[in-house]
Amino acid sequence: MLLREWLQTQGRTRTPAAYNFAFLDEGAKREIRRKILKAVAIPGYQVPFASRELPIARGWGTGGLQLTLALIGPNDVLKVIDQGCDGSVNAVNLRKFVQQVTGVAVTMDTREATLIQTRHRIPEEPLTAEQILVLQVPYPEALRTVEPSELETRRMHGEGDYSQMWLYLFEDIVKYGEISIGARYPVLVNGRYVMDPSPIPRWDVVKLNRAETLYLFGAGREKRLYAIPPHTRVEPLEFEDVRFRVEDFRGQACQRCGSRHTFLDELIDDATGRRTYICSDTNYCDKMLARRQQEDR
Amino acid sequence: MGYVAVKGGQTAIEQAGRLLAYQRRRGTSRPLEIRQIKEQLYLAVDRVMGEASLYAPDLAALALKQAAGDTLEAAFMLRAYRATQPRLGYSLPQDTTAMRVIRRISAAFKDIPGGQILGPTSDYTLRLLDFDLQAESARQVQDFLQELAAAAGGQEPLPLTFPKVIDLLRQEHLLAPRPDVAAATAPVDITRQALTFPASRSAALQTMTRGETGGLLLLAYSNMRGYGDIHPTVGELRLGYLPVHIRHPRTGLPYHVGDVKVTEAEVIARFTAPDGTPRFTLGYGLCFGHNEVKAIAMAVLDRAMQAEEVKSPSEDQEFVLSHIDGIESMGFCTHYKLPHYVTFQSDLDRLRQAQGVSPEKVKEAGKRHVA
Repeated sequence: MLLREWLQTQGRTRTPAAYNFAFLDEGAKREIRRKILKAVAIPGYQVPFASRELPIARGWGTGGLQLTLALIGPNDVLKVIDQGCDGSVNAVNLRKFVQQVTGVAVTMDTREATLIQTRHRIPEEPLTAEQILVLQVPYPEALRTVEPSELETRRMHGEGDYSQMWLYLFEDIVKYGEISIGARYPVLVNGRYVMDPSPIPRWDVVKLNRAETLYLFGAGREKRLYAIPPHTRVEPLEFEDVRFRVEDFRGQACQRCGSRHTFLDELIDDATGRRTYICSDTNYCDKMLARRQQEDR
Repeated sequence: MGYVAVKGGQTAIEQAGRLLAYQRRRGTSRPLEIRQIKEQLYLAVDRVMGEASLYAPDLAALALKQAAGDTLEAAFMLRAYRATQPRLGYSLPQDTTAMRVIRRISAAFKDIPGGQILGPTSDYTLRLLDFDLQAESARQVQDFLQELAAAAGGQEPLPLTFPKVIDLLRQEHLLAPRPDVAAATAPVDITRQALTFPASRSAALQTMTRGETGGLLLLAYSNMRGYGDIHPTVGELRLGYLPVHIRHPRTGLPYHVGDVKVTEAEVIARFTAPDGTPRFTLGYGLCFGHNEVKAIAMAVLDRAMQAEEVKSPSEDQEFVLSHIDGIESMGFCTHYKLPHYVTFQSDLDRLRQAQGVSPEKVKEAGKRHVA
C-alpha cells in the first residue's frame, strides 16, 4: 500500500494530489532505504545512490532532503535547522516543502523532534536513541582536499591508504604551527574509514563519538550517502603531540541567554563595530533564556 | 544591537516570491502564450529539453515562461518534474539511418551520396539585425507563408532516409571498426545509478547529452584550440526526426510511439593504433532538438575522452563528466549564497590561533574600535 493510500484511510489527505507522499516515488524511497542500510552496516563508507532531482536546487540540501523524505512517516515530528537556526530562510523553505508533501507535525524543540535535518550544526542538547539526525553534505569526500579524482580517492579508501591526508595535516603544522582546518574536520570512523563529517564546526565533531543517535549524511549533487550508527568510535585525526582542539570561546558568553558552554556566533554591531556573541543553536538559546527569566522571577 | 537573528523567514520568503512574480508581470504587454514560446523560441525550448533530458516541448515552453527565459533555471524545473515520473520502460535501440532528415551536411567530402542538404540553417545568414521584425504583423507573416508555398510547388520531396557518410569510410577500412553491438552490454541508466569511474561509454554519452551546452562547448573548445590534439572533421551532421520504438507489452513486437527531433554529429579524427597503423576514429554526439553546437562539442569530447594518455582536462573522463551538468553546477554555485557563518566562525578561530590572537584580545580589539 502506498503511504498516500494509508493516509487516506487515516483521514489525513494533506498531501498535494499530484505528488506521492513525501514527494519521491516509492521506487526512489526503497532505493535510498536500501542504501541507508548498507551505509549503517559499513560506518563511514560512502554509498553511491541515484539521487533524484528535487524542486530544491542541487547544493541546497537535496542529499539530506532525500534521506529525510525516504525515512519520514506520518507520525514523525520534524525539525529543520540551518547553521543552528530553525528560522533561517533555507531551513524555513525545506521545512515548508516537507510539510507540504507529508503533512507531518513540525517543531523547533530539539527534544520533541523524531527526525532532525540539519546543515552545519549538531544541536547542543544531547540527542537520544529515538532520534535520527540527517546532515546535509556539500563534499562527501574527506580526501578531496588532497586528491581531486574520485577514481583515486575510492582506491585510497579501499586500501586504507591515508598517507596523503596525514602528510597534509603534518605540512599544515609545519606551516602554521597547528592544524588549520576549521569546519569539516576529517574523522576516522570505527578505525576504518576516513570520513568528512560535513561542515560542522570542530565543536560538534566530538558529539559524533559513541553517540546514542543514528547520524546520516546525504550529498545529493555528489550522489553519496553515509552513516555513523549509534555507539560507533569516531576519532578526529590528530597526532600524539598535536591534539585536535575545538573552537576557543574562553571568556565569552551568549549575550542573550548568558550560556558559557555553547558554540557561539560572533556578531559585529553595525553602529559601533563591537563584537558580541550569541548562541548558534537558537532553540537551545530560547530554552536557556526562558529558564533564566524564570529564575529571575 | 544592530543585528536581528534571522527569524520570520517564512514571511520574507513569501514576499520575495510575490516580488519575483511581479517582475514578469510589471510590463504592459500581453502575457506570453506557451504556444508562442514553443513556436517562435523553439531553439530555447530545444535547449531546455536537452539539458532537462525530457522531450516535452509544451512543458519546456512553460518552464521557459516561468523562468523568464533563463534556460538553466527552466531546464532545472523540467528535470525536477521528470524526476517525479515513474520509469515505465526503455525504448529500443534505434539506428539513426532511419532518421527523417531535414538537414545533413558533411565537411569531409564535397559530394556525398544523397547530396548535401542545407536545410533550415543560420550558417550563411548575415547576422544583421532585422529591424523589420520590430513591427512584424500577422499580415506580413501570412504573406511570407503564401509566397513560400507558391515557390515550393513542383519541388521533389526529400527521400525518407539517407546513407551514412561514415559507413563509406568504414567499408574502406579507414575508420576503426564498429564495436560489436551484439556483445555490448545493456546501457546503464545514469538516473538510476550514480556515475562511477571509469564510466562506460553509454554512461558517458548519457551524461553529455543532458550536459549544459555552454559547459560542453567550453571543454570541447579548449581541446580544439590546443589543450588536446583533436583536429576534428565533421563526417556528418544531421538534423531530423528519429522514430522511437518500445517493445509492445502484449505482443512483444516493436511499437512506434512517436518521433523526437534530434541533432546528430559524427566527428572523425586521426589516431595511430597501437600496432602503428594510422586510422580514423569516431566521436559521437546526439542531443534533443536543434542544437548543433552541443552535438559537435559532445562528439569532440567523446573522441577526446578515448585518448590513451590523458594530457589535458578535456581528455580526462572524470573531469569532463563531473563538471558539465548545468543543473548540478548551477545549484552548487548559487548555494554559496546560503549563510556560512558557522563554518566562517570556525575558520576565524583557526586563523586567530595561527596568528596568535587570544579570545580576550579579540574583545579588546572591538572595544578599541568603539573608542
